[in-house]
Amino acid sequence: MPQHEHMERHMKLHGRRLDHEERTRKREARLVHKRSEFAQKVHGLRAKLYNEKRFKEKAAMRKTIAQHNQRNNKHANDEAVADGAVPAYLLDREGVSRAKVLSNTVKQKRKEKAGKWEVPIPKVKPVADDEMFKVMRTGSKRNKAWKRVVTKCTFVGDNFTRKAPKFERFIRPTGLRMKKANVTHPELKTSFQLDILSVKKNPSSNLYTNLGVMTKGTIIEVNVSDLGLVTTSGKVAWGKMAQVTNNPELDGCVNAVLLV
Amino acid sequence: MSGNKNTGGIAWAGSLVGSQNPNNLGYRYSHAHKRYKKTDDSENDDTLPASVVVQFKNREGEEVGNLIDIPTNSDIDAMSSLVHSLLNPEEEDESKKIPYSFYAKVKRNGVVDDVEVTSTLASLIKEHNLGTEDVISLTYQPLAVFRVRPVTRCTDTMPGHTEAILHVSYSPDGRHLASGGGDTTVRFWDVNTSLPKFTCHGHKNHVLCTAWSPDGKRFASADKNGVLILWDPSKGKAVSTIKAHTKHISSIAWEPMHMNKECDRLATASKDSLVKIWHARTKRCIATLSGHLDSVECVKWGGEGLLYSASRDRTIKAWCVEGTDPKDVGKLVRTFKGHGHRINSLALSCDYVCRTGPYDHRCKKFASDDEAHQAAIDKYNAFKAGEPERMVSGSDDFTLFLWHPKESKHPIKRLTGHQQAVNHIAFSPDGRYFASASFDKKTKIWNGKSGDFISTLHGHVGAVYQVAWSSDSRYLVTASKDSTAKLWEMPAGKRAKETLPGHADEVYALDWSPNGSSVSTGSKDRTIKIWKH
Repeated sequence: MPQHEHMERHMKLHGRRLDHEERTRKREARLVHKRSEFAQKVHGLRAKLYNEKRFKEKAAMRKTIAQHNQRNNKHANDEAVADGAVPAYLLDREGVSRAKVLSNTVKQKRKEKAGKWEVPIPKVKPVADDEMFKVMRTGSKRNKAWKRVVTKCTFVGDNFTRKAPKFERFIRPTGLRMKKANVTHPELKTSFQLDILSVKKNPSSNLYTNLGVMTKGTIIEVNVSDLGLVTTSGKVAWGKMAQVTNNPELDGCVNAVLLV
Repeated sequence: MSGNKNTGGIAWAGSLVGSQNPNNLGYRYSHAHKRYKKTDDSENDDTLPASVVVQFKNREGEEVGNLIDIPTNSDIDAMSSLVHSLLNPEEEDESKKIPYSFYAKVKRNGVVDDVEVTSTLASLIKEHNLGTEDVISLTYQPLAVFRVRPVTRCTDTMPGHTEAILHVSYSPDGRHLASGGGDTTVRFWDVNTSLPKFTCHGHKNHVLCTAWSPDGKRFASADKNGVLILWDPSKGKAVSTIKAHTKHISSIAWEPMHMNKECDRLATASKDSLVKIWHARTKRCIATLSGHLDSVECVKWGGEGLLYSASRDRTIKAWCVEGTDPKDVGKLVRTFKGHGHRINSLALSCDYVCRTGPYDHRCKKFASDDEAHQAAIDKYNAFKAGEPERMVSGSDDFTLFLWHPKESKHPIKRLTGHQQAVNHIAFSPDGRYFASASFDKKTKIWNGKSGDFISTLHGHVGAVYQVAWSSDSRYLVTASKDSTAKLWEMPAGKRAKETLPGHADEVYALDWSPNGSSVSTGSKDRTIKIWKH
């Protein structure tokens, strides 16, 4: 701790060093590096305290920068008046425009032709092979590794019999086989337990579809004959698509939402 | 001529004869009714006696004169002059004789109903199989003594708005015209010269509705932001700006003048599901009427001390707005249930008489407020004549309901027939009919008392948005999405008497001047057109 104001006194008497400006500039320039070095090295409680302090500093900095920029900032225009004025009796009726209905039906038809569905879960994380399959070692020395065990829930048909061990490359464990799914009707907001008929599409791979693997986002066909749904042509529908909404291998059951 | 093109060149029109006409195929279409005169056998029908006994009654049901034996072939004119001679025999001046319409009590489908005599007594008797031995009681109703001339041509096109026009309204005396538009301005126009008078800025969003107070001294406009502005129509200056609601204001209703000399209260209805009553002078909110669960679409101030509001929550509510105790103002009186979908529009039988206050077709100027107030009271009482107030509501469930809102919460009748949502309803100024405009491109005319269906007006090729009656109740104009307005003659006309073309886009706003001289239409093409005879 300096005793008395001797540094100020010295400065008043003799002035600054000739390279004082240069030295302060360099020190300041080095400061960020020093800080960064410290921030990278520090750990534990001190790191927490340091980060907290630094966070506050940065917030303050952002605020001052915003203040300086205020004149240049772009603001939402409050005065703007929306186009397309309609009288009060037509407000909130935009949805019934005839042209819109037409174009919607055209779009719908195009979609149907393409065989794509608008599904509740449009995107899922792809499941990689090494996550899906566990290598099963065979041979008396356990040195062969050509068999795979499926680690996800599967659906196998009623009349499924396993192949001979020599030809069975993929093993679907009985413990992970599912026969029923809890299907929610999105409009009725009720759920039913329905029989699974088949696995239509596993988004990750065609191979999984063939194996009947059900992961999140898989389209399955369920038996809806109990619900009494009727197709547009008037026939009773019994097979309908549903999309799996949970991770069946983690939950132990298949939850799905009906595609209507 | 455009109609001929569609028929593939077979239809023929007078001026296009000759070899120059590509549509002329060398023959004419002839109509049977032109060649052969139909013989009307009702004239010389032997089954009807030459005369029947009738009893005339006035609207209150009092008998006028004794039983009279009159010829069965007597028509409305003959019966009118008979009633005149019964009422005041001394009166000789033809010009002072009021025209009348006659109604007979007829039992139809087990219900006793009033049926209008359209041509002669004989036709009525034949049509409804009335017994000629009994006394037929005929109720007479005075018609308007003046006649509004049907509008036929566009006299002025008034540009000025830079966006669609959403509302036009004539002042109660018909001397001023105001419009509100999507360009956030309210504009006042000079009716005589059709020139802009004031352009009023103040709103920050689309001006959705405008309304004149019944005395014509105040003017209110409301916008999509929920701001209500009161204007001084003589100066074009804003008197007060009120942030009334949080969402758009859908309707404004002023207090009728016969209830309050000052006409200083008004009600606003908004999408925020509230109705608020404002004091125009103090700019204070007198009452906030909450109770609706969804956007309030329409509010009407009745002539009997009740305020009616219709909402998207499928109910109509009646609120007390009159009373010695200020706490009474804003109390819920009745809830009318019946509709199955959002309610779009309300109409009261006294709408027109309340809107015009003391003014009528004579364009009288009043020396003092008291005189005007008295005139308004007299006019209202003459209109009411002991009958209950009637209300009609139209909804998205394609039906209308007729109510007697002062007496009962149950509907008098459910009126079906429309094939799409009913958008607007208007009672004729004399309360005898009401017209309903629907998105199914049709307008329907109904009996104002019983709610019986009278006729359907076909003609528009787009949704009908608005209807407006002439002040003598003999004509109706409708504004449509098909960019035209059409004029119809009431009650008989099924085909449009005139089509008023000219707008380039949908016609959103419509009003018929209370003094009957002109019709104004406001359109999406940003112009207002004035139509006159």
